[in-house]
Amino acid sequence: MGKPILEVRNLKTKYVTRFHEDVYAVDGVSFTIEEGKSLGIAGESGCGKSTLALSMMGYYFPPLHYISGEIIIDGKNISGMDPDTVRKTILGTEIAYIPQAAMNALNPTQKIIKFVIDVIRAHDPKADKKEIRARAEARFAELGLPRDVLDKHAVELSGGMKQRTVIAVSTILSPKVLIADEPSSALDVTSQKMVIKMMRELMEKGYIKSMLFITHELPLLYNVTDDIMVMYAGQIVEKGTAHEMVFDPVHPYSHGLMGSILVPEEGTRGTKLTAIPGTPPNLKKPPHGCRFAERCKYAKPECRYSNIPERPFEDGRMYRCLMGVDELKEEYSHE
Amino acid sequence: MSEIKTQNAKDFTDAPLCLSGRGVTKAFGIGEKRKLAVDHVDFDFHEGEFVSIVGESGSGKTTLSKMLLGLLNVTEGQILFRGKPRDISSGRKKREYWKGIQAIFQDPFSSYNVFHKIDSVLLDCINMRGGKHLPKEKKIEMMTEACSFVNLKFAELTNKYPFELSGGQMQRLMIARIFLLRPNILLADEPTSMIDACSRATILDMLLKLRDETGMTVIFITHDIGLAYYISDSVYIMEHGKFVEAGAPDKVMLTPEAPYTKRLISDVPKIHEPWDLSTVDLLQQEA
Repeated sequence: MGKPILEVRNLKTKYVTRFHEDVYAVDGVSFTIEEGKSLGIAGESGCGKSTLALSMMGYYFPPLHYISGEIIIDGKNISGMDPDTVRKTILGTEIAYIPQAAMNALNPTQKIIKFVIDVIRAHDPKADKKEIRARAEARFAELGLPRDVLDKHAVELSGGMKQRTVIAVSTILSPKVLIADEPSSALDVTSQKMVIKMMRELMEKGYIKSMLFITHELPLLYNVTDDIMVMYAGQIVEKGTAHEMVFDPVHPYSHGLMGSILVPEEGTRGTKLTAIPGTPPNLKKPPHGCRFAERCKYAKPECRYSNIPERPFEDGRMYRCLMGVDELKEEYSHE
Repeated sequence: MSEIKTQNAKDFTDAPLCLSGRGVTKAFGIGEKRKLAVDHVDFDFHEGEFVSIVGESGSGKTTLSKMLLGLLNVTEGQILFRGKPRDISSGRKKREYWKGIQAIFQDPFSSYNVFHKIDSVLLDCINMRGGKHLPKEKKIEMMTEACSFVNLKFAELTNKYPFELSGGQMQRLMIARIFLLRPNILLADEPTSMIDACSRATILDMLLKLRDETGMTVIFITHDIGLAYYISDSVYIMEHGKFVEAGAPDKVMLTPEAPYTKRLISDVPKIHEPWDLSTVDLLQQEA
């Protein structure tokens, strides 16, 4: 077992709406990422994937509020820290975040080198411009970005190039954890492959120690990350290695999710896609008992009121359901 | 290659033609800056066929779809609607043409008029089909049927505005509209790219059901080759405004000939075969 880089213990956060209603977007999430490992988070829109990413960074600006739980990055507990302190001391050096529309984050009136200077000077106000340029050029060359990108404006770059530039700039201080929130969902397949390859290189060359990858594209997650975690209505419903999760899901929700995978491979044409009926519960009043019970084919009456425990396996796999593994497998084999 | 499965792909070559094009071209700009967005393409879409047009961004898919809809003028070439050259020279003729062809767009959030309630969106469809003088009960019955076709409850939707729905629900409502309008052709321009993988399966199932029940031609425009492979009866691959490959999905996907198709297929992440990252050259200058 490697050294844990990011540990999240029973994290709970909420949004407070204009009408002072609480929305429990992340509700009791715990997981660990070890050094050199990557973790993927899957789930449908609105299940709390992005909120979890923001909460982990300590990015608590209204309407997002911290309730309880611990976030430990490489032995340093950042939970409950003032967001401004987090921005100055944690972001960039400990943790880097790439949002979905990262390419729109580049100010069109500035050259790329300016963003690099900004990032480095935010942590070291006296850094020398020439040194920064040398450092940026070296890093860009290592990551396969042309050197002249530094002197270009954002509008001169293509979408894929912009996304890769943003990744290179935000990891220039070699953060320990990189959180990528759907970094490739707005791109073509070819640019997507380039972005993924670059993130792989960041890991291999040791510029980042671990990675958290958020997306709803399961085939992509399968190819990029070591472990996959499935989220539903603010909770983790299943966690396992990428191979286990895609070919042998246990929880009914992940089973349904894996049934909607579409890949251009022989034999996929005949298979029927399974869609999960219904919509996720309203997180203002999360249901008692299992949150998935409303949409679950195998739900029993007791699912709706009992407390659903997390069931860990010996090898670090986990799922959250009342039914046993054999019982669920039996149900799936009838389909 | 082992035995190729042709499971649910039907052959439509003998079916009557619904929409076809000969040398269809669209040029933007003049003089030196003149660029052909769509470059002399020929196509034949048959009645009841599920056609996919696949290409990356900038390949001219959307320009072609706008020309098919009559929203953009054709620079050169001819589009034939049910065997006859189509005439969209006046507003009246265009409206007549749109009774035969309807569309679902990528962004469901900008497809609706925010000032119109859902009832009136659906009511407009009935009126457009000549049901203006039907009794109110009959209209409500039709709207309820259309909503239940897409697994929505009409009673819950009345008096609501489109923006109160989620993206997936809006896209389903769009399909309910098409169900009421019963056009000959449905043009779906990336209808699933803005919704997540789970609701995507629902939308695809509904499109297939719609085709099977009403027998309309569906032209599905997408950048996702896996999706096109799964759903269509024939596939057209588009690169820089030209069709580089066309044919039955099994032929195009499993034994691709054009280098562009090969690259597209190899770049999609897969689960049964390894995904080869070494084929990408990071320093390669993107267009």
